[in-house]
This record gives sequence, structure tokens and C-alpha cells, in this order.
Amino acid sequence: MIALLSRDLALAVRAGGGFGLGLAFFLIVVVLVPFGVGPDEALHARIASGILWLGALLACLLSLDRIFALDFEDGSLDLLATAPLPTEALVSVKAAAHWLVTGLPLVAAAPVLAILLNLPAMGYGALVLSLLLGTPALSVIGTFGAALTVGIKRGGLLMSLLVLPLYVPTLIFGAEAARRGAEGLDWTTPMLMLAGITCGVIAVLPFASAAVLRVNLR
Amino acid sequence: MASVWEYANPKKFIETTDRILPWVAGLAVVTLVGGLIWGFFFTPADYRQGSTVKIIYLHVPSALMAINAWLMMLVASLIWIVRRHHVSALAARAAAPVGAVMTVIALVTGAIWGQPMWGTWWAWDPRLTSFLILFLFYLGYIALWQAIENDDTAADLTSVLCLVGSVFAVLSRYAVNFWNQGLHQGASLSMDKEQNVADVFWYPLIVCMAGFVLLFVALVFLRTQTEIRARRMRALLARERLS
Amino acid sequence: MPDLGKYATEVMASYAVSLVLIVALVAVSVWRARSAKAALDAVEARIKRNG
Repeated sequence: MIALLSRDLALAVRAGGGFGLGLAFFLIVVVLVPFGVGPDEALHARIASGILWLGALLACLLSLDRIFALDFEDGSLDLLATAPLPTEALVSVKAAAHWLVTGLPLVAAAPVLAILLNLPAMGYGALVLSLLLGTPALSVIGTFGAALTVGIKRGGLLMSLLVLPLYVPTLIFGAEAARRGAEGLDWTTPMLMLAGITCGVIAVLPFASAAVLRVNLR
Repeated sequence: MASVWEYANPKKFIETTDRILPWVAGLAVVTLVGGLIWGFFFTPADYRQGSTVKIIYLHVPSALMAINAWLMMLVASLIWIVRRHHVSALAARAAAPVGAVMTVIALVTGAIWGQPMWGTWWAWDPRLTSFLILFLFYLGYIALWQAIENDDTAADLTSVLCLVGSVFAVLSRYAVNFWNQGLHQGASLSMDKEQNVADVFWYPLIVCMAGFVLLFVALVFLRTQTEIRARRMRALLARERLS
Repeated sequence: MPDLGKYATEVMASYAVSLVLIVALVAVSVWRARSAKAALDAVEARIKRNG
């Protein structure tokens, strides 16, 4: 499992692995938002936490099809699936690698981008904590979507359609926690709900992902 | 006594539904037309809502069926996963577009009703939002069925999606509830007949709900037959090409 | 025709939209059922004829 994880990480960091793409996309979204809503800084401060969450979610979505597609094309996914490693472990490792490559950098970049959007100073803690708790769920749910569409040519758009509704609870609680933090309110409840969703998703969804991956590789 | 699983045989299913279908369809038309005419022409206007109360005869039954169609798909998906009866998977596939249309009807009639009553077409109210999310789930489900060529693979994948989607739909419902307290009145109906719907409106509403249920059953029967036939034809053509 | 008062447009619109959607759904379902049945019958007849 550790070998697989380090292999995925190495592949992602190497040229053409798309390591920085998600981050760049996140940056661009954040830069474009003021053009869309106007230069009113008070407005930016109010919507900053939501925009950052949405940007992180979209950046995460953008990189999902890489989880299985490359391995599927060159046949290594078949090898991995027939390896003694259970498929459940395989998809968990894939999700973990995706999170380390995409989710964690997004979390790290969020406070920097928050400066651009005038996020109130008291909001940073809640923002980072909510992203830290929420992005693993995004990666795991996304792995399920990627496993569903792995055999489909040009499945990217379909995968967005499948994955985005599944992101709704995570987004609601995550953005709500970040918003409450930015407004100086108590954010314990949404943060706990978010943590609950993430834990539940990590515990259960790999079984569904593994089931659909086995179907797709049949 | 024959077991219910006998109807999992496609041929038997087509024979049986062929016999039942005209009755169900006829009954659906009678109750639907009767209920809607009763509701539209022969119920008084509400003293507060005016004549917009008549929209309830479309809004409530379609919302009911939008949710029940998903539940039916969930049960059918479970049957497919556990017992692998093809008819079950195809019935789930057949029900999805019907459920999606019901969701649209519920959303549209709700918006038209909301405009004069709440002063807005759309509010990010928990119930409305959850229905919109439900509609997205229907779209994804239908799109996944259409994207996959192999029938068994498609059935497997969509049934897992249906299970996972159900969990997330319920989660979203609570999340949305938490996120925004709504404008929408609580369930105006329940089995013990709440007082907020008067009898004048209640009886035609029951008839309309029965009509929508029958309509749904008839459509699912018909569409499942279509799916069975389409699949059989694909199988025959494939065999012909091989020989 | 019942007196719909000032909300006549809304009520009529929601009935019209819903009925159009329902009729369209039924029509598409029936049409697809017919064509699937016809196509299957044709294929089956051809296969039977060809042995």
C-alpha cells in the first residue's frame, strides 16, 4: 500500500502529472471572482469564505479524472486490481494520494488567497480547519465518481454531473463553518457535522468505489 | 401459489403487465382527470390563498411521486444487486425519467404558486433546495445509464449510484435544513390528516394522489416493457451478427 | 369555468405546464413502447424466416 502511495505521489509530482494544475485553477477562480462581482471590498469580505470553498471544490473536481484514467489507459489498473491488495485498499490509497496531491495544497493555498478577498482576520482559523476537514471527503467522494466513470470515454462531464450533487452536504457544512468563523460566530456545530461526514465517507464509500471499480474492470 | 419472483422472468412480466396495463392506465386516466376536474372546477377558493390553492392538486401529488419514484428505484436497485433480476434493473431505469418529470412539475408548480404567495419565484428554502438536488440526482442517474453500452455493467453501476445517491440525498436534506430555515409550510398532509388542510380540499387531493400513483405505475410498466424489448432486440441482433 | 379571481394566470399556467409535461411524458413512453415492439417483432420474424 505504501509503495502504491509513493508511486502515485511520484507520478503526480513528475512533469505532466498535473500537480500544480489544481492550485493554478484555484488561483484563477479567486482572481476572476472580483471581476464578476465588482470591486466592492466589503462584499468580497462577506463572500470570501464561500468563494474559497467553491474554488477548492471545483479545483478538486477538475483533477478527479486523473485518479484512474491514466492507470486505466496503460493497463496498470488491471494489474493493481488483480494484485493481492484488496480493491477497497486500492481505492483508499488512490483517494489518499489525490488528497495529498490536490487537497492539501489547496488547504495551504487558501489562507494566501483569502488575503486577496479580504477575509476578516478572525475567519482564517475556521477556513483552514474546515478545508482541512472537508477536502478528504471531497477526494473520497470524487474517487467514487472517478471509479464510476473509469471505462467511459470523455467521461469528465458526466463525472461532474454525478459528483457535484454528492458534494452538496460537504460544501454546505464546510462553507457554513467557514462563514460563521469569518463573521465571528460559533462554528462548532457545522464543523462537527463536517467532520462526521468526512469520517463516515472515508469509512463507507471505499466499499462502493471498489464495487463499481470491479464492475468496470470486469 | 407462485412466488413473486416469477415476475422477474421478462416474458412472464410482459405477459402479466400486458393484461394489467390497460386497467391501470384506464384507472389512472379516470382518477387523474376526475380528481383534477373536481379540484379545478368544484372546490372553493381558499380565503387566504385565493384560487392558487388549486395548484395543490398538481404540486403535492407530483412532489409525492418525485420522492416515491426514487424510493422505488432504490428498492429495484437493491433487488438487482441482491438477486440480479434483469427486470428489476430495467424497472429502475424506466422509472427515472418519470421521477425526473415529476420533480420538474413539483418545482414549476411550486414556483408559480410561490410568486403570488411568497412574492418570489424561487427561494433557497430547504424543501425547494432539496428538490432541486433530487432533480440533479435524477439527471446524473439517467446520464449514467445512457453513457454505458454494456447493459449489465450499466445496471450494476447505476444501482450502486442509486444507493450512494440515496444516502447523500438524505444527508443533503438535513444539511440544507441546517443551512437555512425555510418559508415552506410543514407537510400539509399526513396520514392522520392534519388540520391545516380542510376536507373540501383534502378529498379531491386524495383522488389526485391516487391518480398520480396509478399514472406512475402504468408508465413504469409500459417503459419497463420497452426496455425489455429493446434489450431482447439488442441480444438477438448481437447473436445474428455472431452466427 | 370557475372564477379564479386575480390569480387566474398562475393557476392556468401551472395546470397548463403540468398537463403538457405529463402528456409529453406519456406520449414519448407510448411512442417508444410502440416502436420498440414493432422493431422487435420485425427482427423476430426475420430470424424465424431465416431459420
